[in-house]
Amino acid sequence: MIDYFNVYIIVLIALLICVILAIIRVVLGPTAPDRIVGLDTINTIVISSMVIFGAAFREIIYIDVAIVYALLSFISTLFIAKYLEGGDF
Amino acid sequence: MLGLIIDIIVYIFLIIGVFFSFLAGFGLLRFPDVYTRLHAGTKCTTFGSIFITGSVIILGLKMWYLGSADGSVLAIHTAGALIAILLTNPTGAHAIARAAHKSGVKPVGAVVDGLDKVNGKTIKYQKEKMEEKK
Amino acid sequence: MIAFIVTSILCFVIYLLLTTGSGTFGLWSLEEILLGIILSLITGFITRKIFIKKDFRMLNPIRWLIFLVYIIGPFFIGMAKSNIDVAYRVITGKINPGIVKITPDLKTDLGITLLANSITLTPGTLSVDIDEEKNNLYIHWINVDEKKLKGDTVETKYVCGNFEKWVRRITE
Repeated sequence: MIDYFNVYIIVLIALLICVILAIIRVVLGPTAPDRIVGLDTINTIVISSMVIFGAAFREIIYIDVAIVYALLSFISTLFIAKYLEGGDF
Repeated sequence: MLGLIIDIIVYIFLIIGVFFSFLAGFGLLRFPDVYTRLHAGTKCTTFGSIFITGSVIILGLKMWYLGSADGSVLAIHTAGALIAILLTNPTGAHAIARAAHKSGVKPVGAVVDGLDKVNGKTIKYQKEKMEEKK
Repeated sequence: MIAFIVTSILCFVIYLLLTTGSGTFGLWSLEEILLGIILSLITGFITRKIFIKKDFRMLNPIRWLIFLVYIIGPFFIGMAKSNIDVAYRVITGKINPGIVKITPDLKTDLGITLLANSITLTPGTLSVDIDEEKNNLYIHWINVDEKKLKGDTVETKYVCGNFEKWVRRITE
């Protein structure tokens, strides 16, 4: 039986490469909505990598942090979208 | 024997999840405009997250079955994170698409744009207002 | 009054899910349960008018069962198909996009929200905007079939299959 820890570290490195691909889009993006799309993708990948961290180190608190991060990043995405849309809040 | 089968299922789930996350990254780089990038960025990351968190849930259930109290906590909290992702991700994509169209980004190479009638007037009105201020 | 009780019970269940494994009383400790009851009563009193608005249709357990069947069956299959579709388009780069209008025959807010989220996660479509008076949805379609267009309107079944029937079964 292979140890789970090494496998999870390899998965985390792969997810890091995905985040780098999204960061290239955030830097290049010609308009502001393009950058938000990249940011939203980064948020979702960070949530799943936090869950993987929690499973690799057997720390439950990391998964709680992931839940709170999901809700807060959702609210921040809504606010930036509302700001771009213009009009009254 | 059962442990080995569960291990193999966990690895397959991890491989599928990482593959779809990569697909999201390449889709973001390859597609031409905001709306098609949203297709890649929303669908693929949601599907990948389902499989990655699913593998952790299976690991937690296995630990619970082997008699560790930590396993139940791991499985239930990860399920909570999965529900949070499933609820918030499509709503966020909807908000971004709506904001992009209202701020005047046109879909590249569109065959038909049914929303132009609705939003065209307000965009013109906002532009005139901005010019009056200057 | 019913809204207050339902909101409190829902808050209490969520609190219990987030504090599993804290003690010996089942999976929970006695202090956590008492604190959970007090906090969920306060939250239920504050948010009783926001969460449920004079519509107790969703309290029926049969609707929850249909909802679970919908999530596990047709919705998950549609999601898998849509991801393979996006993979194909990422690799080949063949797209033919456009924004079309559909007119689903749904009356409740919950139904239109469920349909919009289902459309976003299923093959080739993404909901962009909503007409709040007539409940029309504007949808970005990645591969427009020009034979099925009538002006800018498309029949609902070409965009999202039989999801409209399922959503109507759940919420109306």
